[in-house]
Amino acid sequence: MTTGVGVASTTGVSVELNDLTRVYGSVRALDGLTLHMEPGEFIALLGPSGCGKTTALRILAGLDEATSGTVSVAGRDITGVPANKRDMGMVFQSYSLFPHLTALQNVEFGLKLRGRATKDRATRAGDMLDLVGLSEHVDKYAAEMSGGQQQRVALARALAIQPSVLLLDEPLSALDAKVRTQLRDEIRRVQLEVGTTTLFVTHDQEEALAVADRVGVMSRGRLEQLDPPAKVYADPATPFVAEFVGLNNKVPAEVVSGQARLLGTSVPTLAGSISSGAGTALLRPESVTVTADGAGTSTVRSVAFLGPISRVYVALPDGAVIDAQLPSAQARTFEPGSPVTVGVEPTTLLVVPQTS
Amino acid sequence: MTRAVRACLWVLFGAFFLFPLYAMADFSTRNLIKGGRTLTAWANLFADDALYQAIITSLSLAVLTVVAMLIVLVPTMIWVRLRTPWAKGAVEFLCLLPLTIPALVIVVGLKNVYLWVTYLLGESALTLTFVYVVVVLPFAYRAIDAALSAIDLRTLAEAARSLGAGWTTTILRVVVPNIWSGILSAAFISVAVVLGEYTIASLSGFETLQVQIVAIGKSDGPTSVAASLATLLFGFVLLLALSLVTRGRRRV
Amino acid sequence: MTEDGRFSLGRVQALFTETALTALGKSVLLSGSTALLGAVLGALLAWLIVSRPPSSVIRRTVISLCSVLAQFGGVALAFAFLATIGLNGVLTLWVQEFLGWNLAGSGWLYGLPGLILVYTYFQIPLMVIVFLPALEGLRSQWREAAVSLGASTWQYWREVAVPLLTPAFLASLLLLFANAFAAYATAAALVSQGSPIVPLLIRSALTSEVVLGQSGFAYALALEMIVVVALVMAAYNLLMRRTSRWLR
Repeated sequence: MTTGVGVASTTGVSVELNDLTRVYGSVRALDGLTLHMEPGEFIALLGPSGCGKTTALRILAGLDEATSGTVSVAGRDITGVPANKRDMGMVFQSYSLFPHLTALQNVEFGLKLRGRATKDRATRAGDMLDLVGLSEHVDKYAAEMSGGQQQRVALARALAIQPSVLLLDEPLSALDAKVRTQLRDEIRRVQLEVGTTTLFVTHDQEEALAVADRVGVMSRGRLEQLDPPAKVYADPATPFVAEFVGLNNKVPAEVVSGQARLLGTSVPTLAGSISSGAGTALLRPESVTVTADGAGTSTVRSVAFLGPISRVYVALPDGAVIDAQLPSAQARTFEPGSPVTVGVEPTTLLVVPQTS
Repeated sequence: MTRAVRACLWVLFGAFFLFPLYAMADFSTRNLIKGGRTLTAWANLFADDALYQAIITSLSLAVLTVVAMLIVLVPTMIWVRLRTPWAKGAVEFLCLLPLTIPALVIVVGLKNVYLWVTYLLGESALTLTFVYVVVVLPFAYRAIDAALSAIDLRTLAEAARSLGAGWTTTILRVVVPNIWSGILSAAFISVAVVLGEYTIASLSGFETLQVQIVAIGKSDGPTSVAASLATLLFGFVLLLALSLVTRGRRRV
Repeated sequence: MTEDGRFSLGRVQALFTETALTALGKSVLLSGSTALLGAVLGALLAWLIVSRPPSSVIRRTVISLCSVLAQFGGVALAFAFLATIGLNGVLTLWVQEFLGWNLAGSGWLYGLPGLILVYTYFQIPLMVIVFLPALEGLRSQWREAAVSLGASTWQYWREVAVPLLTPAFLASLLLLFANAFAAYATAAALVSQGSPIVPLLIRSALTSEVVLGQSGFAYALALEMIVVVALVMAAYNLLMRRTSRWLR
């Protein structure tokens, strides 16, 4: 959906977070975080609660102060600049629309503060609401809109002031599943059109992988990996990333000269694996093969139908249960109790030190 | 606002509110005849028979009022929230009304009712309980309402009912334990209100603590002031203890 | 109120005599000024309280104190003030000794200004109790959103916080007015009953209340009070309904 006249594209700016540390008493919320964002880039910070991703965002916004480290935008050090002078647009998780103002007035808010003429800002606000698909809701109040609509207004409001950086703090977490998927695509579409450098914080890996140019996986205040989504998924740099992103089966494996031996096959290991000896391989469900075999030593436990794909849960000879992801047409042929042989597709695996 | 300004304001407010209290403490411990300090006035709280009786009367009234208030208010509020949410505004309004109706109006309006009540229950000051329940409504309502807002009442009640609990069990064993802080808060504030109420008691001719305080004030200033201060301190200590015990339980 | 009905005509007429109207005027003035003073200062104190962390000891102590002082009144309160800044009050003597000023001076404590001062002693805590929930209902996201959009502290207050708090503030103001009005009415009635325990303060403020010798005037006064209070409470209700939508 093209926007037409009135919505000028912002050429994005580069953002640099350098060695940010944030300490609260005895808690290290951020531990030396360094992150460089290219102009116009969409980066998702992904991690569990408490990993520091929201802290990093808030420090960038100016709502929180780093204990040490610097923040630069377009080459300029803004570490000491107060939040209201940073020219950044922010979308919060929920409840951030001003309840006493209509959608249009909310979007106009930043423009009003900057002294734009009444007619001028009404036009621009109207254009922004068009951009997010809410032109019929301009006169509604927050209480009269659904969660998804409110977040769209929040997005329009943040973009109306043509910020140099767009910050989103788990904007979809409070919404229904279906609305979440729709809205995340909306956000990405709008961002691509307007071209603003964007930092998106979430704990939902599907969200992060779906919309970002690069995904930064964080844990305990540190950045574990910063790569395009496909690379984060297929080539996890650390065990934490491998376990946090995507599903994993844990299968005992033996590593010999760069090859992992498990389930009767041998596959190469990823950098970051143990170099030799017994370990635990992190095997993704879609890399597991299941073949009907009368003489097979593994048994199908159950099959979960998920639409286009199904999960087949198989009990290995040693009793451990792994799950395999198969196209539903194929999975349909497996009955609970039928004997099968389990194997591994050609892929590279991460093998970590043995977990009990 | 700078911290200095805030600190300054705190000091000003503190001085304004604490000075009269200090003056009361000072006056009640003064030996008017010989000069210097004495605790006679405070000892009179127990020694003076009429005053002591009045204290007992007021404390009993407080307890009775709290019990009656809880029995009336808690089930009603739960009911309104669950079954008739449209009535919430009306109930809230009614509960706020006693704050603004002149005590005189209450006494005058209830005069006929009271003749009937004293006929049935005798002349004791404890019949004031009925009036006092109305008087404490504004304060108690807010406390309990805040507590009810903080829990998911509907889900709790439905869960209890689906497990087979009757209404009494649901209220007593499921809801009440979860709004305990609100109930205690309502109870303690009500105690403070009852102990401080003067107008209705005096216009009705009963000998409660406040009435005694005023009566004694004519002849024995220090004791009167000591009793007033004691009442204030008692209420304050109750509420402070409560808030310290329920730390951090408030809804953010 | 059937009793009022029986007396109505004659006593209601008494309401419109000059003395009665003056008394009404004075009570409106007293209630209005203490309500305004109490509301503004109380809102300020409430803001101070809210600025402290939720589990702060000072915060809880102050709220407990306000709950108790909000219904401290009558003779005991009057006496407390006499003991502080009356002719022989603790503060009076203290200030006289150290600064040479005469605080009690012309006995202003016994006139209308004195009454106003005394009334604010319980109006401010009442305001804190009634207004605090509204202040607490101001979500931090609103402030942060405003700031990220470029608002200074002043602009945030003017464009966001004040508009959101105004209904609650006005409602609380009305409540304070009704509270003062009711208290005064009761005081007036006390005088009319010939109670021998009239506080000095109130008596002198009700100068030339000849009409108060009549019994039954109290009943008419009561009727008048009900009308005023009913109007005030209706307005209060309207305002609070608006507020609760935003701040809950």
